[in-house]
Order: sequence, then structure tokens, then C-alpha cells
Amino acid sequence: MIDLIWLILFVAGVVTAAFTGRMQAVASAVLGGAETGVALAIALVSVISLWLGLMRIAELGGLVDWLTRCLRPVGRFLYPSVPPDHPAMGSILANMSANILGLGNAATPLGLKAMQELQSLNEDKETASDAMCTLLAINTASITLIPTTVIAVRMQSHSADPTAIVGTTLLATCFGTVAAVILDRLFRAWSKRGRS
Amino acid sequence: MQEVLSAVSTWLLPLLIALVLVNGYIRRVSIYNAFVDGAKAGFGTSIRLIPHLIAMMVAVQVFSASGAMGLLVGLLAPVAHWFHLPPEVVPMALLRPISSTGSLAFLKDIFQDPRFGPDSWVGQLASTLQAASDTTLYVITVYFGSVGIKNIRYALKVGLLADLASVIGSVIAVRLLMGPMPGP
Repeated sequence: MIDLIWLILFVAGVVTAAFTGRMQAVASAVLGGAETGVALAIALVSVISLWLGLMRIAELGGLVDWLTRCLRPVGRFLYPSVPPDHPAMGSILANMSANILGLGNAATPLGLKAMQELQSLNEDKETASDAMCTLLAINTASITLIPTTVIAVRMQSHSADPTAIVGTTLLATCFGTVAAVILDRLFRAWSKRGRS
Repeated sequence: MQEVLSAVSTWLLPLLIALVLVNGYIRRVSIYNAFVDGAKAGFGTSIRLIPHLIAMMVAVQVFSASGAMGLLVGLLAPVAHWFHLPPEVVPMALLRPISSTGSLAFLKDIFQDPRFGPDSWVGQLASTLQAASDTTLYVITVYFGSVGIKNIRYALKVGLLADLASVIGSVIAVRLLMGPMPGP
């Protein structure tokens, strides 16, 4: 799919340029784009390093575990089919806190571990369980405290206030998470009614 | 509400840092060494993105410089209007669930557009959109693929509808912060 999107962006650009006579601009966009790509990655180094450094302190100081414990009641509400003391619940909650703290690199392995443990509870190994669907819904619409990547790109683009989006992101992600939970419950209820 | 949102934006990061440092110090963490150790990983994480960012940035800039973006935005304008979205962010919102680097390239393109920039209404909305959702299709493929699930039931529908909800949430949040979208 990503191949097709990449191809379409290029080909549509070149074909349009042939008609609009902007081939010169396209040629310089190729080089400019490559340069901007590198500049963006370099800009990410500052904010991401800062954040990962802080999160290591948070981890060693027990703050990440504390957040995971705080999420326990939420976990019980979201995953009624998972026993609260099952290792699956531990991985689910750790994945949730990693997502909230913006630790994408840590969140994915924890999420995959949670999937494996949920699979051990799953009766039909080829069909997603209710809990798996919830895990996916929560993962794709996670609450985000500090959107590090976007802050870095805003800095690189000379924003007067790069962190101005922290509040809007927090509000938008809370809205998205609530919507994801409601949608998940609705579709679960519908799928149960269809089966019985 | 506007005051609350800007206060959160201004205070959250510094307060969080202070909390992390004070808590770490009280718990006898060697905070400076822990910071340096953790921050090391940031360089590799960012640099590994270079090939992806070059690929996407070149494609998006070609698409934009040729005028194809303008045509697409014009086509999408009626639909965007219906959702109270500026049409310029629609290509980005559509790509967001598929490729996070791709939508990041669109975000940068909006920031570079002399009509917008990062602090404009459109720039704030595009920033919030990028930050507020995830690469749903990628996550679904990787997570279900890793344990061999073939029937994913309603997970894709819920994921994409939740992405739409994040778009709506972002528009609401930016309207609360900056008021309704200024006219052209």
C-alpha cells in the first residue's frame, strides 16, 4: 500500500507539472525534499533525546510503574474478560502507559507481548478476541501527554510557540480515546447480537 | 476554556520535567547519569528515520510543487467544508492512518506554505491532527499479524472511526483555543 501511495504522489506530481509547466519547480522539489527530510530528522534528535532521557529517570524513579498502577482500575473496566492478575493485564497496562508517555519504541514490544498473552486466553486462535479488539482500539487512539515529534517539527519550522499544541493534543486525544472505547463497546454488542 | 488550553500547553512540559527530576532525586536515582543514558537512544531513533523522511518529503514536495496538491485540495474542498475542515489538511488526515512519516511530510509542507506556517489556524490544526492519532493500519497489521489472527472482526472499522473522531476532536480543540477558522 505504501508503495502505491509513494508512486501516486510522484507520478501525479510529474504529470501535473507537465501540464502546468512547473517541471523546473518539481526538479528543485526533489532535491529540496531530500534536504528537508534530513533536516527534520536532525531536528527530532533534540526533543526525542531530551524526552528519552527524562523518561529513563521517570522509569528508574518508579513513575512509570506508578502510572501503570494508577491505570489498573481503568484496565479492569476496559478488559472485563481478562483476569486482573493475569500477565496479560500487566502488559496491557504497561503498553498503555508507554503510549501515554509518548514512548512509541517501548510501546510496540509491550503491545505485542500483550497480544501474545491475550492469545493464550483466546479460544479461537484465528479470530480476534474482544480484549484484542479493545487493545487495538486503545492503541490507535491513545491519550498523549507530550507530542514530542510534532513539537520538534514546529521548532524546526520556527514556530513562535512550539508547545502551543500540547493542550489541544491532550483534549483531542481524550476525545479520541473516549470515542474509541464507546465504538469498541458498540461494535462488540452488535457482533454478539449477530452471533446469537 | 481557551485559558485552560494555553495554560496546559505552557505548564505541562516544565512541570512534568520538575516532577520527574524531584521524584528521581528523592528515590535516590542518579538523575544526571540516568538522563544521559536514556538520551543516548534519541540519536539513533531519530537518525533511523532519515531514509523514511527523505522518501516521503521528496514525494510530498513534488506533489505540492507541481500543483497536483492544489488540484486535490480543490477537489476535496466540498467534503472538507462539510466537516468544517480546511481542505489543505485533508490529504494529511487521509494519509495519517497509513503512514506516519507520510503525514509528517504533509505537515512540514503546510508549515512551509507561506499562507499558513506553524502558528496559523491551519498549522495548529495540522499539528494536533498529526499528534492525536496513530498509524492505525500499520498497528492493526503488526499486532494481529504477530499472533496469527486471520479474522480481525470489527477492529479496522473501530480504528478508522476512532481516527475520524480524533480529527473531529482536533477541530474542536483548535476552535476552543483559537476560535473559528478565519476566512480566506
